[in-house]
Amino acid sequence: MAQLKENILDKEYFEDTQKDKYLTFSMGKEEYGIEIRYVTEIIGMQAITEVPELPDYIKGIINLRGKIIPVMDVRLRFKKEFKEYNDRTCIIVIDIKDISIGLIVDAVSEVMSIAEQDIVPPPDSKTGFHNRYVKGIGKIDNGVKLLLDCDKLLNDEETEDLSLPV
Amino acid sequence: MSDNFSSDPMLEMFIFETNQFTEQLEQIILDSEKSCGFDTASINEIFRIMHTIKGSAAMMLYNNISGLAHSMEDLFYVLREEKPRNVNYSGISDIVLEGVDFIKNEIAKLENGKPSTGDALALVEVIEAFVTKIKSCNDIAETPVNTAAEEQQKFYISPQALPITTANNTYEAVITFDEGCEMENIRAFSVVHSLKEKNVVLEFEPPDIIDNENSAGIIRQEGFRIVFRTNMTIEEARTLLINETLFLRELEINVVETPAEPVKKRKEIVLEDDLPEDLAVAGSVESEDAQPGSKQSFISVNILKLDRLLDLVGELVISEAMVLRNPEITVLQIESFQKAARQLEKITSELQDTVMSIRMVPLSTTFHKMNRIVRDMSKKLGKNVQLAIIGEETEVDKNIIEHISDPLMHLIRNAVDHGLETTEERLAAGKPETGTVTLEANNEGGDVWIIVRDDGRGLNRKTIIEKARESSLLKKNENELSEREVYSLILMPGFSTKERVTEFSGRGVGMDVVVRNIEKVGGQILIDSSPGTGSVISIKIPLTLAIINGMAVKVGKSSYVIPTTMIRESFRAREEDVIRDPDNNEMILIRGDCYPIIRLHKYYKKKEAVTNMQEGIIVMVENEFRGACLFADELLGEQQVVVKSLPRYIKKVKGIAGCTLLGDGSISLILDVANIINQGEER
Repeated sequence: MAQLKENILDKEYFEDTQKDKYLTFSMGKEEYGIEIRYVTEIIGMQAITEVPELPDYIKGIINLRGKIIPVMDVRLRFKKEFKEYNDRTCIIVIDIKDISIGLIVDAVSEVMSIAEQDIVPPPDSKTGFHNRYVKGIGKIDNGVKLLLDCDKLLNDEETEDLSLPV
Repeated sequence: MSDNFSSDPMLEMFIFETNQFTEQLEQIILDSEKSCGFDTASINEIFRIMHTIKGSAAMMLYNNISGLAHSMEDLFYVLREEKPRNVNYSGISDIVLEGVDFIKNEIAKLENGKPSTGDALALVEVIEAFVTKIKSCNDIAETPVNTAAEEQQKFYISPQALPITTANNTYEAVITFDEGCEMENIRAFSVVHSLKEKNVVLEFEPPDIIDNENSAGIIRQEGFRIVFRTNMTIEEARTLLINETLFLRELEINVVETPAEPVKKRKEIVLEDDLPEDLAVAGSVESEDAQPGSKQSFISVNILKLDRLLDLVGELVISEAMVLRNPEITVLQIESFQKAARQLEKITSELQDTVMSIRMVPLSTTFHKMNRIVRDMSKKLGKNVQLAIIGEETEVDKNIIEHISDPLMHLIRNAVDHGLETTEERLAAGKPETGTVTLEANNEGGDVWIIVRDDGRGLNRKTIIEKARESSLLKKNENELSEREVYSLILMPGFSTKERVTEFSGRGVGMDVVVRNIEKVGGQILIDSSPGTGSVISIKIPLTLAIINGMAVKVGKSSYVIPTTMIRESFRAREEDVIRDPDNNEMILIRGDCYPIIRLHKYYKKKEAVTNMQEGIIVMVENEFRGACLFADELLGEQQVVVKSLPRYIKKVKGIAGCTLLGDGSISLILDVANIINQGEER
C-alpha cells in the first residue's frame, strides 16, 4: 500500500491532482474547507468510546478497521455549542504527520477547487474566536469558505496538555 | 512510512552487518575461552569477521573502527600464520572483547544518529604491543613443525613471500551476488579492495563502481568482472574470493592466457545457499545452532510489518465474528452457511496461530549475551563463576525479548556480585569452588518462566529488614511479614543491601527498574531464597504481549477490561460491609484486611452506572501485594483480547493501559491496575 503511494508520489501525479482542491463541510451557518491531501476518508457517525481525562472536544476513540483513532468534535473545538449528532453528521478522517484523527462535522458538502489567487488571509485582528484555526478565506461564486489549518487544529498548545502527569 | 526508517540504506546495512558480526565474534571468543585456546576454525572465523568489518568501516569512512579492526586482524593473522605457543589466551580475549565493546559503542552512536567519535588509538597500541610480544616469543620457539602446520592451514600468501614481480598468473573472475543483497557496487568494491592487498588488480568492469550508483544494477544483471594478476594458483584464488565476498551467489574464474602458463579449463562453481557468510548475516535468529552446511532459509522482516499483519488478523477475527454471529443470519438455520462458516473459522484460527508464531523468537540470543557479563564479572571480582543455561530454545514474542534483556542482565549481575560468596567463603562452607548461576526458561500454559538461580549465600531476612527500616521502607511490623514479603522488599526503590557500591551493582537503583521493566510487559517477579543454599528469582511473563486474558466489566454504557492476572476474586458486597472514613473514602474488610474501594464510575466519571453496592459487583485486584477493590456494574465475562495501544495523539491517560476491540467491533479500555492502586494510595 505504502509502496504504491510512494510510486504515485514519485511520478508527481499525486500532488498535481490534489492541488487547490478542498473538501468543504458545513458547521452551523459557516462553510469550512480543508486541503484534500490531508483527508483519508469520510465515514458516518459511529459508536465512540469515551476515554477519561481528555478535553471535552476529544470525544473519544473509534475503531477504523482495526486502527484506533481519536475523534475530535470540531464544534466543541471552536467553542461552539454541542449539537446532537444526526444522520448528516460525518467524521472526516485526516492524516497529518503520521497522526490520524477523525473530525466530527455537521455535514460534508463537496470537493471543490479554489485557486490560490482566490484565497485571502484572514483578518489580522484577534476578534473572531476561531481565527486561530483559519489560515485563509476562499472566495467562490456564492460565498466564502473558511480554510482550516489542520496542523493548528491538532497541535495547538492546548492539545499539548493532553499528556497529563502520571 | 518509509521515512520512519534510517535514511541512509548504506549506513543501515553497515550497522546491521556490524552488529551481527560483533555478536558472533563475542560468542566465538567466549566459546574459545571456555575451551582454553583458539582452534583454527575460530581463528579463521575471527580473522574473517575482522577483515569484513575493517573493509566496510573503511568504506563508510569510519577510520577509528577500521583501524581497530585492522590491528585485530593483524593479531589473528599472527596467531594463524605463526601458530605461536605459550600465548596468553585470556589476555587475547580481554583485548578482543575490549575492541568489540569499542566497535559496539561506536555502532550504537551511529544508530542514534550521532557521529562516531571514539578514538581507538590506545586500544590499537595495546594490540600492537601484544602482537610484537607474541612475535618475539615465537621467534625463539619456532620449530619446523610449525611451518609444516602453516603450509596446510594458510589461505593467504603471506605478504613478505609475495614480491609483485613474481605474480605471473592472470585470472579473470566474474562474480554474481545474491539477489536482493543490495549495494552490489559497494560489495564489488570491497572485493577489489581485498584483492589489491596482495595482488595486482588490472581492471574491473563496470569501472565506476563507487561513483556511479547505477553500476549496482549492471552488476546485478551481468555480474562483476575483475581481472587480476597473482602468483596464487587458480584454486587458491578461488578460495580467496569465496572467503572475501559476502553474499556470493556464483563465482566464475578462469585463466587469462599468458604465454608462461598453459591454458586451464574454464571452471565454474555454483555456490548453494549454505555459504557460511550467509549464515552470519541471517544469524540474528539462529546464529547459535546454525552450522555451516545446514540449509538455511531465513529472511529478516521489519517488525512494523509484522505488527501490521497481526493487526489485520485481529481485525479479521473480529469481522468474522460480526458476520457469523449476525443476529439476522443466525435465525435462518442454513446448513450450507454453517458448513462454510466452520471452514472459515478453522482457517482464521490457523492464520492467527501462524501469525503469532512468526513473532516468536527463541531466547537463546538474549541468554548467550549473559555469558559475557558473567565472564567479565568473574574476572573482575575474582570469583569463579559458571553460567548454566537451560531451555534457551523457549520462544517468546519479539517485543518481550527487547524488554527483558536489561532486567535479566541486572539479575545476573546481582546474582554474581551479591548472591555468590567469595571463593574462600565457598570453600569454608563446603561448597564447590566454582559458583553456578543458572539461567532457565520454560513454558507453562500461557506464560514463560525465566528463572535466575544461584547457589550462593541466599538472602538474609534480618539484614533486609534492618536495611528496609533504615531506609524507612518498612511499613508493617516486621514480625507480620511473610518470607516472600520480606524478599520483595529488595524490589523497592532505594533499597540496596550491599554496603559497597561496585562497578556492577549496589547503587540501589537497580531492582525497582527491573520490576518496572518486567511489569511493562505484563510480567511478575517472585523471589525465593534459603540461607546458605542460594536464591531463586523467577520472572513470569506472558507468552505474547499482544493477546492477554482479560475480564470485561460493564460500567454505565462502557465496558472495561481488567487483566485476569491481576484479579484475585470478585464478589457482591452488602451495603453494611462498607466502611467510610470522615473524607467519605470507602473501605471494605476482607478476611481481616482492609482494602480501599474504588468506584470505577466515579473514577471515570460515568453516568448511568450502578451506584448501589448491592446491585453492582466488586472485583478485587492485587498488584505487588497491594490490593484494591474495584466497583463495577457487572461482569461481562472472561475473554482473550488483542491489546492495542491508544492513539499517539492521546498519549498517556491515567489508569488506562491500552484498548482492545471486542467481538462486536466496539472498543473497550484496558485498565492499568497498578496505576489505579497506586493512585488510590496517594489519596
